[in-house]
Amino acid sequence: MTPAPSALEEILARIRAALPADRVNEAEKISRTYNRTGDLDREACIDLLLDRLADYEAEILHVAEESGLSAAITQALNHAHEQRVLVDAEFPTDWLPEGFDIVVDHELSILDMNGIPAVVTTCEAATASTGTIFLVHHGAQGRRAITLLPDHHICLLHRAQVYELIPETIAAIAGHRSESITTISGPSATSDIEMTRIRGVHGPRRLTVILYGRI
Amino acid sequence: MSIRVGKTSRAPDFPVAAKTALKNTQLRQNVHHATDVIRNKRALRVQETSDWQELRQAAHDIKNNTLAHLDHYLVEFERNCQNAGGTVHWARDADEANAIAIRLIQQYGGDEVIKVKTMTSDEVQMNVALKAAGITPHETDLADMIVQLGDDEPSHIVVPALHRNRFEIRDIFSRKMGLKNLTAEPEALAGAARQYLRERFLHVKIGISGANFAIAESGSVCVVESEGNGRMCVTLPDVLITLVGIEKIIPTFQDLEVFLQLLPRSATGERMNPYNSLWTGVHAGDGPQAFHVILLDNGRTKLMHSEMERETLDCIRCGACLNACPVYRETGGHAYGSIYSGPIGAILSPQLNSLEYSRSLPYASSLCGACYEVCPVKINIPEILIHLRGRVVRADQKTLSGTLSQMNLAMQGAALVFSSRRRYEAAQRLGRMGQMLFQRNGQLEHLPGMAGGWTRFRDLRPLPKQSFRDWWKARAAATPATESEARS
Repeated sequence: MTPAPSALEEILARIRAALPADRVNEAEKISRTYNRTGDLDREACIDLLLDRLADYEAEILHVAEESGLSAAITQALNHAHEQRVLVDAEFPTDWLPEGFDIVVDHELSILDMNGIPAVVTTCEAATASTGTIFLVHHGAQGRRAITLLPDHHICLLHRAQVYELIPETIAAIAGHRSESITTISGPSATSDIEMTRIRGVHGPRRLTVILYGRI
Repeated sequence: MSIRVGKTSRAPDFPVAAKTALKNTQLRQNVHHATDVIRNKRALRVQETSDWQELRQAAHDIKNNTLAHLDHYLVEFERNCQNAGGTVHWARDADEANAIAIRLIQQYGGDEVIKVKTMTSDEVQMNVALKAAGITPHETDLADMIVQLGDDEPSHIVVPALHRNRFEIRDIFSRKMGLKNLTAEPEALAGAARQYLRERFLHVKIGISGANFAIAESGSVCVVESEGNGRMCVTLPDVLITLVGIEKIIPTFQDLEVFLQLLPRSATGERMNPYNSLWTGVHAGDGPQAFHVILLDNGRTKLMHSEMERETLDCIRCGACLNACPVYRETGGHAYGSIYSGPIGAILSPQLNSLEYSRSLPYASSLCGACYEVCPVKINIPEILIHLRGRVVRADQKTLSGTLSQMNLAMQGAALVFSSRRRYEAAQRLGRMGQMLFQRNGQLEHLPGMAGGWTRFRDLRPLPKQSFRDWWKARAAATPATESEARS
């Protein structure tokens, strides 16, 4: 007696029975005629991003040089009346703000993280046309939980990390495809009550983007 | 086999359920308001996207090609997910999927789970199965919470509590959460949900999610969401179980560039939804350290045989067709008797169930085509609706009661009449005489039998005294010069 086929075998057999045996995979031939490269210059591209972020009610700070980051982070924390701030262990020490309780994520438990009001991280890339920030969770971007539990996420974005379109950004981060990736477009929100976007449910209710560096 | 699509097996026919829904003016007001808001926002976002049609076409082609080679991509996904530390399980139907989930939860010693919105788990009625096994499921999506706490059923694919307004939600929350002074401000309601769930996010050790996309080349899974409850559920628990319909596979990471542009604009009218989470197997020191995927068939492979039916599986569950549908906008989702409502529900529900249930749904449409126009993956829903109507009729004709039904006899008669000029013209003459019995004030106000369904709500214009054919003949006789033209 042959053993009963497994669910895997049976599902694959159903699919193969339904489809022609001589099918040729034409994935390569699919025409991708949608826009894959943007046409804005750098300045216009940054302006587009700012417009989109403002639309999501994110707060935006501008810094020319890396040396100004510490002051900008201080400003963001003061504006929100926050004293404790979480960072990844790889966060550059000379960017840290002075006069605040800095909590470094050395394998903190999620319960430890939960009470901390703010977190500062870097990011991997951003898309101007949709106002989206991409985290791939390595280095000072931190693991996934640190940008989730605090109520205020302060994200440092270098101007050279901004792409106009989603396809350009996806291509830029494709090397990280097997890592965990989080995309963030404004603060946590919901449209579940009468289909109106309102700010703030479970994720950070406040998002500050600090745009820095020259292009 | 026990294929199951929510509670469709016990649902009344659409016309019966729709009558109840149409009498509920509060529900209709809520559905009108919500679908109006979302349609306008979507239209704005689509208008500003200059390559929208190109994106739609690419999505359509990617999905169709993937389904035509689904066996290949499923095996590729399984291999890459397992290489990254995940475990892949296969489920032929609803019962098998639930049994796997329950076995895993018990194996990890859990008696409660946090869930991020998954329509697929509603399809297999996972919550019912979990409760029967002594496991408490906590829905964490705001709308799903409203549905769960209100002992209700989802009425929309994206916004399951779309039929509730803020005051009704306030009442449900204040009753179930014991919050006496809760106001109906949306911010206050969202705040109440945040407080209610935060403890659960921190302490419940097992999470259950669905997947918007499962990527074959990397074995990654993607969840698209807004509130952050999705991030909580896929990040904080020790164990994550993800239920994935086999049609959710996309071949490459690059393909996301198409779908991540189409889905949020179509679903909520946003350029991008607040959060997307992607993960691949298990990431050391970050997120759940045990990850299980359940790949679900539950009737999907039955749609693979015909190219037209297979297209139904292209759906990315954006809900745009619901918001656009003039039928859905009047009845809301519950009348469809399926968690998959609206135009996509009308083709998906009966096909998953082999027309066993939901057989009235292919008729729950005016065939206006609005659903096809807004569909981000270009599913030709009207064509499939007509095809399914044909299948329902042919299935009925195989039974004696179906053959002798008023509708079948009338249609067979019509086919006989329309296939011969002599019979057609005779029928016209007969009709002109017969209709005199029913004519009032130059209109047909009350027709007998099945035709009475039409005149119950509107008048019908009578057949004209002279048919086009008669007019043409008379015209040809009067002007012989054009006769040869007409014949040539």
